[in-house]
Order: sequence, then structure tokens, then C-alpha cells
Amino acid sequence: MDFGLSEEQDMLQETIRGFAQNECPTTRLRELFDAGEGHDPKLWEALVEMGVAGLTVPEEFGGAGMELLDLALVAEVLGEAAMPGPFLGHALATLGVQICGDAGQQKAILPALASGEHIATLAIQEGENVFAPGDWTVKAEGDRISGKKAIVSHASLADCFLVGLAGGKLAWVDTKADGITIEDANGIDRTRPISTVTFDGTPAEILADSDGNAARLNEAAAILLAADTFGAATKLIDLNVAYALSREQFGQPIAQFQAIKHTIARMGTDIEPARALFWFAAHAFDHLQDESERTASVVKAHITDRAMHAARESVELHGGYGFTWECEVQMWFKRIMFNRSFLGTPEQHRERAAQLGGW
Amino acid sequence: MDLEYSEEHVQFRATVKEFLKGWPLTGAEAELPIEEQERIFRKRGIVEGYVYRAVPKQYGGSEQPHDAIKDQIIREEFYLAKAPRDLSSQGAGLLVPTLLEYGNEEQKAKYIPPTLAGEQNWCQGYSEPGSGSDLASLQCQARLEGDEWVINGQKIWTSSAQRAHMMFGLFRTEPDAKKHAGISYLLIPMDTPGVEVRPLREMSGGYEFNEVFFTDARIPAANIVAERGQGWQVSRATLVHERNLIGNPFMMREAFRDLLELAKARKKNGRPAIEDAGVRQRLAEIEGYVRTSETSNMMQFTAGNRGEMAKTMRPMMMNKVFSTDTMQRIMKCAYDLIGGDGVYGPNDADLDTWGRTTTSRGWILQYMFSMGPAIAGGASNIQLNIIGERGYGLPRDLRKTS
Repeated sequence: MDFGLSEEQDMLQETIRGFAQNECPTTRLRELFDAGEGHDPKLWEALVEMGVAGLTVPEEFGGAGMELLDLALVAEVLGEAAMPGPFLGHALATLGVQICGDAGQQKAILPALASGEHIATLAIQEGENVFAPGDWTVKAEGDRISGKKAIVSHASLADCFLVGLAGGKLAWVDTKADGITIEDANGIDRTRPISTVTFDGTPAEILADSDGNAARLNEAAAILLAADTFGAATKLIDLNVAYALSREQFGQPIAQFQAIKHTIARMGTDIEPARALFWFAAHAFDHLQDESERTASVVKAHITDRAMHAARESVELHGGYGFTWECEVQMWFKRIMFNRSFLGTPEQHRERAAQLGGW
Repeated sequence: MDLEYSEEHVQFRATVKEFLKGWPLTGAEAELPIEEQERIFRKRGIVEGYVYRAVPKQYGGSEQPHDAIKDQIIREEFYLAKAPRDLSSQGAGLLVPTLLEYGNEEQKAKYIPPTLAGEQNWCQGYSEPGSGSDLASLQCQARLEGDEWVINGQKIWTSSAQRAHMMFGLFRTEPDAKKHAGISYLLIPMDTPGVEVRPLREMSGGYEFNEVFFTDARIPAANIVAERGQGWQVSRATLVHERNLIGNPFMMREAFRDLLELAKARKKNGRPAIEDAGVRQRLAEIEGYVRTSETSNMMQFTAGNRGEMAKTMRPMMMNKVFSTDTMQRIMKCAYDLIGGDGVYGPNDADLDTWGRTTTSRGWILQYMFSMGPAIAGGASNIQLNIIGERGYGLPRDLRKTS
């Protein structure tokens, strides 16, 4: 009975945190944010070098064979840094193949994902709030697919899509294949650009064990988004503390005022204990599968909701400066907006939790 | 991370479960008054090593080697069986740990055994009319005359003073010393001439806390814990224990379970309230807080178990505010579910059980009681200062006195 991280897990986080602080400090993040491409090949290559691309991939396919908790710990640190790059889509598409591909498909697809040779992304969310497997509409006829996915991150960068199909199946698609149209959209989070992708008779490899298992992919997504959000929110608290200590009014740092101190303390009390919440959800994904789906929904709803609240408070705490483009708060604010809305809002996940709880 | 229990602990849980088949009592014992039954069972728990594990045998404990996981298993199983375990009274929960840390041999031997047995009740004499959050400004005076302390002044918000045999409290013994350094921790028999308890009626209608007046009340000079002027330091230990008593995730989980039952039982628009979209949202939102508390507690528990407490300092500091707010969310939701019945006052029967019933009148009481933890044992506003200052390194509030 031990609900804590291992030394290896602590080290994994410290390694990536150190890397992010050196290679993607706020100044570099700002350049990338303003450029709006949401990617820096040097950052991604370094992450691949550290094994992040194949963290959960079995060792026989060139990965590290780790669990969702390890992936979530990486997501937390990347959220802290608001690091641009294809991590989220790549990690989830990879997991999708692990969960729903048969042995042959895994052998064919996973090594190139683990080695970083291929970048993959997730094409499951459609318009009008459609994100759950049962609601997907992209049609398959034989090994060709047609339809539209509204929100695909890093679509132009990716080599492969994991596409959700009608009936809750998943397909693996080469982004250079016939019949694909990618239309860039104006995404709110400039660290993770989004596009609409249309398939028109596009050749695809249907993953063999998709029936019912695709829901596991949504679970994993909810947990990684929650972890990223948690990291982003802790960063915002740090920014607030630093600003409150340096900004002076009435001849003293504003941190001296209880209104400011209590705002930060309340924000901390909302966020800090929730670290355990995403740990638990990630652990449950691999070890307590009976309660995993419902837990993932409760956790995504709670953390993204509380973090969004903290982000709004953070803007307010920074005053007029907080509302400027220049102020760094907006970069994490928008990262949290993305995480909150992508693949199920708090309201949708809470209703899901109510249903799964038999309420 | 591993949420499985070791073979030793699985076995231990089975043994505890077996023991708990003995509760409730049966036969002639079941005819005894409930307090007597609890006393009997608690004694059996001490013999088996399940109750008062951290207290030496010579003082009435079971003196078991420290094993946080066994502690947890015992808490869970006794809770499920609703069986009596360590008393959570102010004496057993607050005074005993303080005496174990700071008391002398004579004090430990004299006070701990009857307190743990539930034969000696204690009240806590801290707050005064002019000293609430700024407790160290307290003025109630104890003057040493020969071999006696002579006490004059007043305490207030003293819970259960009317039932207490003894008071542990803070008194100003060194009027010339600086604020914090002038305070001592004294033990006062409540039947001492010159000690007068006057009940205060609460907004709930009940009488739980009191004013206590001291007029030339004389107690033996030996009734001091630690040295003169060290009372503040001694009381910090008590406060830590008090906050631990307050931040209990079991309590939250149980209250949330009751809330779900209430939502199933109450009607909204002619249907069970739990089918209403808005109610479902609210319940699921509250569940997020309840589960945060549970998992954060597990995280802190593991950190303590590994000797890495420093890693969870901030969440620990936050426990009291977090659980206070979560319980309030539960009670506010319950009060809304009760709807128009919220105009009724509590019944005497509900007052006797502290509203720990799921009747609508019980919930009305709990709706009021849930404000208590935001005030007692360090008000939430003060807790937020502590989180801001010690947790995040923000500057201390400006103080006009020191």
C-alpha cells in the first residue's frame, strides 16, 4: 500500500523539468507562441531522445514499457512549461494503437512511433460536441474512410492520424494518403495548433480490437489533459506569487494585502491537493479498470474547471497588465482553455460520471 | 505506486474483521447502557492492540509498534463496523498527545488512563472575549502564590465545559514577558471553588459551548505542563492534533453518500431530484472535491509513512480549509434539495444526535453546524493567511502588537 511516486518517476519529472527550464524558458516560449506554429523540432527531438515518444510502448517495439501514470507525469511538466509540440496527440494516438491494434498492427506501427521517426496525432473530436466513440460519424467502406474531424492538433506536422470511426472503431491513416484535406483553424492555444481534416475515400488500416476499447482512449485523453492542466495551474500560482511580491502599490508589495494573499491561498487550495487526483486516475487506468472510466471523467471535470477558475483569477490579480498580450499569464490561460474544452467539457464529463454512477 | 496490500496486511485485516464480529455486543452485555458497552468493547480493542496504539501500556494504551498501514486498516474496519475505537474527545484527541509530548511522569500517570477510559472529560480553555484569532493576546491571569496558582479572568466558546471534569488551557502567568512568552499551559479541576460555567445558547438552539469565569480559583502549583512561559509552544502541538481531527475524509465520504440518498429520495418537478440535470451536475462537482480530499489524504499518508512529510507540507496545511469548504458544499446542496421544508426548525431529537440523521430536519441542523469548522480551531481566514505565508512565502500581515 503505497500512494506515491517511485524514485524513477521523480527523476523522470526532474529530468524533463530541467530540460524545459533550460530549453523552453518563458522567453523562448513567447517566441514560439507568437510564431503560432506550436512546434519546435529541436524541443520535440530532445523529448524523443529522452524516450518520451515511446514511453508506454512495450520494450519489444522500442519503447520504455511504462504506464499511463508515467505519461501523465510528463504531461504535468509539459503543462507547467506550456511547451509547444505534438506530445499530446502523439502519446494518445500511440496508446490507441496499443489498446486497439492487434499484434501484427502493433508490430507494424509502434516502432516508428517510439523512435520518433513518425509523429502521430489524434483525429477523434468532431463538431457539435461529438467526442465519444459512440457518436463518431466518419464512415468506413472496406479499407477506405470518408468524413470530417473538426479538431485535430498538429495535423500538418503529423505523419499519421488515429481516426475515430462510426461504430466506435479506430483507423490508422497515413497523412499523405489520397483524399485528405487539411484546413488550418484559428486555435485559441498557440502551443497546440488545430485543423479540420476531411477524408474522402482515404485508404486506412482499421485497428482490429477497436470494439468497445476505443472508450479507453478517451479515458486516457481525459487523464493526460487533466495532468497537463494541473501543471499549467501550478505554474500560474508561481507567476501570481512572483508578481504579488514584486508589484508595489500604496508603498508596499501587493502580496501584503490579504485580498491578494487569500486569492493565492484559495487558488492553491483548489489546485495543490488535486495532484493526488490525477495520480489516482492515471494509476486506476492501468490497475483499477472497473472504476477507471468514471474516475477519469470526474477528474478531468474537476481539474480543468478549477484550473480555469484559477486562470481567470490570475489575470485579475495581474491587473491591467494581466489583460495584455504581453503578460505571460495568457499563455497558460489559453492552454487551460484548450484542455478544458477538448474531448469533453466539465459539464459533459460530469453528466457522464452521473450516468456511470447509476444516478 | 501500489495500492495492493502486502500478505501481512491482508492477514491483519482479516484478523481485525474477525475481532469486529464481536460488535455489537450480544446476550446480557447488550442490555447494558450504550456507554458501558462501548467501554467494554474498547477495552477488548486495547487488549488486541487495535485501540490507542501510540499510547504506552502503562498509561492505558496498547503500545504497538508504529505501522501506519495497520492504523489505516483499523480505522477503516472499525468505521465500517461502527465499532467504538479511540475516543475522539478533546481529552483523548488533544490533551493526551500533548501530555505524551510535554507532560511529566506524574501527569501522564494521573491523567492519561482515566481520560482514555472515558472516565475523565476535558474541555479546552483557549479563547477569551478579547482573544480569538489573536489568541496569544489572552489576558486570563494565573498568579503563583506559595504552592498554588490563583486564577482570575474569563474563557469563552468552551465546548462541553458543562460536562468536563478538567480543563486544559492557556493563562498569562508572566505579565511582564513578551506576548507569547508570558503564557503557561495549566490543568484545572472544574470543581475548584471560584470556577463558574455559564452556558451559551447557539443559533442551532442547543447548548454546547460556554463561558467559564475564574474568581480567585486556586489550583496546585504542580498543575502546569512544561515550564512557565512555554504554554504557547505546548499549545501548538494541540492545535496540530485539533486540525487533524477536523480534516477527516471519511466524514466527507459519508456525508456525500447521505447526500446522494437525499437526492434520490427528494422530488424535483415530480421526479426524483437525482434525475434533474442541474442536480446531477452539482453532485458530480461535489464528488470532485470529495475525491480530491480522499486521494490527497492517501498521498499525505504515504509521504508520512515514507518519512517524506516535507513533500506534502502544502496539501497538509490546506486540509482544514479544504474539508471545511467541501462539507459546506455538501450541506448547502442538501439544504437546496430540501426545498420548502427548509423553513422548519430542528427537533430536540435531532439536536441530541447533532443532526446526524438523514431526516430533513437533521440536514437543517447540519446546514448550520457546517459553519462551525470555518470558525473553530483556527478560522478559515487565518488558515488562508498561514497557507499564503508559510505555504507560498508571502509576507506576514502587518501587526500592531507583538
